[in-house]
Order: sequence, then structure tokens, then C-alpha cells
Amino acid sequence: MSKKLKNNAEDYLRMYRQMVRIRTFEDNANQLYLDAKMPGLTHMYSGQEAVAVGVCEALEATDKITSTHRGHGHCVAKGANFKEMFCELLGKREGYCRGKGGSMHIADQSNGNLGANAIVGGSMGIATGSALRAKLQGANDVTVCFFGDGATAQGLLYEVMNMAALWKLPVIYVCENNGYSEYTRTDEIAAGEITARAKAFGIEAYQVDGQDVLAVNKLTSELVERARKGAGPFFVELLTYRYHGHHVGDINRTYYRSKEEEAEWKNNRDPIDLFGAWLIKEGLASDNDLTGVRDAIGVEASEAVAYALDAPYPDAAEVGMHVYAEVD
Amino acid sequence: MRSITFSQAVNEAIAEEMRRDECVFLIGEDVAEAGTPFKVTSGLVEEFGTDRVIDTPIAEPGFMGLAVGAAMTGARPIVDLMFGDFLFLVMDQLCNQAAKTHYMSGGKLQVPLVLRTNLGATRRSAAQHSQSLHALVAHIPGLKVAMPSSAYEAKGLMKTAIRDDNPVVIFEDKLMYQDKAQVPEEEYFIPLGEANILRDGTDITLIGTSSMRQVCESAAELLGEEGISAEVIDPRTIVPLDEAKILESVKKTSRAIVVDEGHQNFGTTAEIAARISEKVFYHLDAPVIRMGAMDVPVPFSPALEDLTVPTPEGVAENARKIVAGELVHAL
Repeated sequence: MSKKLKNNAEDYLRMYRQMVRIRTFEDNANQLYLDAKMPGLTHMYSGQEAVAVGVCEALEATDKITSTHRGHGHCVAKGANFKEMFCELLGKREGYCRGKGGSMHIADQSNGNLGANAIVGGSMGIATGSALRAKLQGANDVTVCFFGDGATAQGLLYEVMNMAALWKLPVIYVCENNGYSEYTRTDEIAAGEITARAKAFGIEAYQVDGQDVLAVNKLTSELVERARKGAGPFFVELLTYRYHGHHVGDINRTYYRSKEEEAEWKNNRDPIDLFGAWLIKEGLASDNDLTGVRDAIGVEASEAVAYALDAPYPDAAEVGMHVYAEVD
Repeated sequence: MRSITFSQAVNEAIAEEMRRDECVFLIGEDVAEAGTPFKVTSGLVEEFGTDRVIDTPIAEPGFMGLAVGAAMTGARPIVDLMFGDFLFLVMDQLCNQAAKTHYMSGGKLQVPLVLRTNLGATRRSAAQHSQSLHALVAHIPGLKVAMPSSAYEAKGLMKTAIRDDNPVVIFEDKLMYQDKAQVPEEEYFIPLGEANILRDGTDITLIGTSSMRQVCESAAELLGEEGISAEVIDPRTIVPLDEAKILESVKKTSRAIVVDEGHQNFGTTAEIAARISEKVFYHLDAPVIRMGAMDVPVPFSPALEDLTVPTPEGVAENARKIVAGELVHAL
């Protein structure tokens, strides 16, 4: 049994806290957009929190992840700080990437986050290559490749899954199926079953409820430990839902999905509500405890936003820096 | 000094660096037992094993992506791309991922990889196995581009590229693999961004990349017989480009022809010619002439293919005209 499998109140409360941190981060990011304080656009992770937290809580800091354009959740769940994240979203010098990446390229290599990626499916090779490096160097870290249902249409996935399976690489392909490929229903773009595609390469593939953080964490913990011992790769499809549009500017979306459908997921299948109710039912926390957690995170986020809004932009001299790594 | 082939020089560079640094590995199609179709990597799998000389499926974007991820996390992959024409298959991984990772991460992540591939027409291989696509790569900030012009350059540039912390794309002329040159037994390196002046001259500067260096040297021989003194420069890398050495030469000779096997339109010749025109215009006695490959898909028929690439005679003819004060391109 995995040592990371969650079995005490402290672990459970941290998972709850991490999910709330993601939701709170996103609520603040969305507000920054609505207030025209954030340059560009961003893609909200709200609704999918149980996936990032369930998976990342099964990982060590030395384990790697690759993320997507909808990547704030992965970044928070892998251990990032609000301050550096908000600074990055606002293009400030103290951001994780000194303001050069922005929302779609946040990377936090100190926690093993190799970066979000603005090309749909663009990080599948990177994740698999990280796993190849681990195998070649005898390292025991595992790499998780996050991607969405839309990215399953990219050919790169099948090229790298083939190699990962041939070479038994320690990589876990995590497909977050939120039902929509940008502005199109997934059943209009994906033929057959998604897990069947991985199975065709002889890769063990699972489908799990992506709103149930405990189910996600239990499955992932087992797969991570097996991958560490050389039994990988694995593939997991998580059924989840994206509360916002494709990006923050995608407001009027009834042409591709109904308000009733959105309300059903938000009211009855919210991953934070479901897990909070479970914590209370199990006697692990009171309603007051959870309110306290949410309030404290709200304060943390407000402070980080205020800090980032006041933080300096990069100096103009930075525009030409970091094109090339310095050669000794 | 001993003489070895271009192919042996590349092989030696890779073997030496793999012996020195366990992080270096080779990945690509048929690089192991087959040693590539050009037999450049023969013998490496016997020494380093299949863990470090990795045969892949025919999946260029896939193994290019693997190399990027391995490089980002501490390995130093050498990717073998069988033909330069296949660059179009790997463009996202090379240009959107490898090239931008260091910048987009604010300098925190690095992608130390070498992509070996080739260029060069006249092998009767038609339009999808004959292109010289280095200008496409050179256009993208974050990538370095080396164009070895002999076995000596091939080894020295490869060793430097493997130790560089950036993605470096090396274009080898596939028609030069069996050409021999003097290569020292002892270890040496050629810095990226250091052009080589092969021949001093006073009347005109001929700048030739890759095998166009030999075209320029042959043209200079022809011109010398006629009393025209041509200086020949091999940039050796086009990113970074040793602009200073080229500009100094043109200031001295006041005339220049840039010769390269990529397509002429929007190409390497255009870039170098433009820099000369912008920066030493008042030293010039004639327009800077570009000589690239014709802007047609490379034809199969030998009767047609040979018309598409610069020749020593063609370079000499243009040189004669501009030295005589005539226009190459009529008004």
C-alpha cells in the first residue's frame, strides 16, 4: 500500500484546503480579468479541483508534472505559492517565470512542475521524455502528463504512448475529460472510448469519477507506486466538468451547453462540496472548521492579489534576456 | 595530422562526449545497429548499449518531444533526424517547445539538446529528401544553428553543441559524409559564432555556408587565375552569426556574394546580405549578391536538379561582373 495513501485527518484537511485554494485562486483570477487588471486571457480550472489535488497528493516534490493551458489547478496542487502565481498572471517580475510566461506557461520547477503549455497536447512528449530520463538515469521519480479530452485528438499522444509502452516508462497519462473540447462537445470529436486508445498499446487504462478526490487519489497513489517500480506507463480518464467557458471571455455559451447542465454539476457534483460533506459526516471536521479554512484562504488570496497588483513589472532590459542559456 | 571522413568525425565527436558524460544519449530512427542510412552512428550501440543509443519508431514529433522533456529534466539528448525534410514534422516540438522553454520560464528551465539532421540536393532524391531548411530554424529565437563545412568543423562544432545548454540544430550536408579532411587526434572545440576565413583576398568576399564553402573556394580558384582576389569566409554557424568577421572582410573588399544551399527567397543569403547592406553600405562598391538554391521544389531529374544549386562557375561569373562594375541583375 502506498505510503502516500491518505488515511488521517491532517491529510484529508490538506486535500480540502488545496481544492479550496485552487477555487479561490481562480475566482480571484477571473475577477482580475473582469476588472480589466489582467493582461490577456486565462482558462479557469474551477470544477476540476479533485483531479489536480487527487493526483498531485499522490506525488512527491521530486515527481514531475506537465500541465496545460488550463493549468492553475495543477500548479497550486503541486505546491506553488499564490504570490508568485498572481505575479506571473499579471506579468510581474516576481512571477514564477519573471512575467515572461503568463497564465499559459506557468512553470514551477522547484516543485517538479515542468510547465503549462499553450499548444493543446504539446507537453505529451515532454512528460514522456522526462520519464525516459528517469529510466535512463535510474531515478525513481514518476511523471504525470495532464491533458484534456480535446488533446486526445492530437497524434503526438499515440506516438509517445507507443514509446512509453515499449520502454515501460514511469509516466501516467491523466486525461481530464471535462466534456468539452474548447467550444465543442467531446462526443462530437472523439470516436470510441478514450481509454480504449491506451489499451491498444497494452497500457492499463482506468476511468474514474473526477469529482471524487478520494477515488482519484486512491487510484493515482496505487499507479504512482507501481510506476515507480517499473510497472508503468498507465492511463487514467477522469470524468469532470469545467464551470467556466473555454476561457474567461467565453461568457455566452448556451449554443454549446445548457445552463441546466452547468447548474446540475455545480449544485450536485461540486468536488469541494462533496468532499466537505464527507469530512463532516466522518467527523473529521466541523462546518465551522471548513468555513475557517475557506475564510483563511480568501484572505491569503486577497493579500497575494494586492501584492501582485503593486509589484513591479520586469525592467525593460529583461526583454532580451533568457533567449539563450549562458554558455560557460 | 590524420585524415578522416565527415561521417567518422561526427561519430567520434558523439562517442567522445558519450564517454565523458553519462547524461548524453542518442535517439532516433535506425541509429543503433543500422547506424543510420548514412552509417554515421555505426559502432555506437556496440560501445554504449541500447539504453543510450535508442532506436525509435518512425515518429519524429514523438521522439523529438521525448528529447525535449529529457533535456528539460537533466539529460543531454542528441536527436537524429534522418532527413532535414522531416523538420516539418517536428516543428511544434522544436520551435514552440524547445526553443521557447528557457525564455518562457524566465531562465529557470534549460533544454540542452542537439538535433542532428542534414541538407543538400543533387543526390537524386527529389523534393522531399533534398531540402536545405536551416533558414526556417534560424528564424526562431532560442535555437542555434550550425552548418559544418568539413570533417574538421563537423567534429569541433558537434562537441561544442553537445556541451551547450541550448537547443542546437546541426545541418550536415548529406553529400559530404565520405569527404575527408585533416582532423587532429587530440581533443578540440570550435565555438559557435566564430567564422573561419579560408582564403584572404582584396577584391570581393565570398561567404559560403556548409558545402557552399567549397563552391566558394573553387570559385576563388577560378577567379585567382584571372587576377581577381577573392576572400572566402565560412560562417560555420548562422545562429549565432559572426557578423563582425563578415563585415570586416566586406569593408576591406567592398564587394560580397553570399552563397547558401537553402532557397534564396527569405533565406540565409538574404539575411546576411541585408546585414552587410545595413551596416557597411558606404563601404560597398556594388550591390551585395545572393546566391541560394532556386525557388522551386527540388526536381528529381538530374538534368533539372543540377540547375537548382549554386556552382563555382556561377559564383565566379557573378563575381567577375560585379568586380567589373557591371550589374548582375539588369535594371
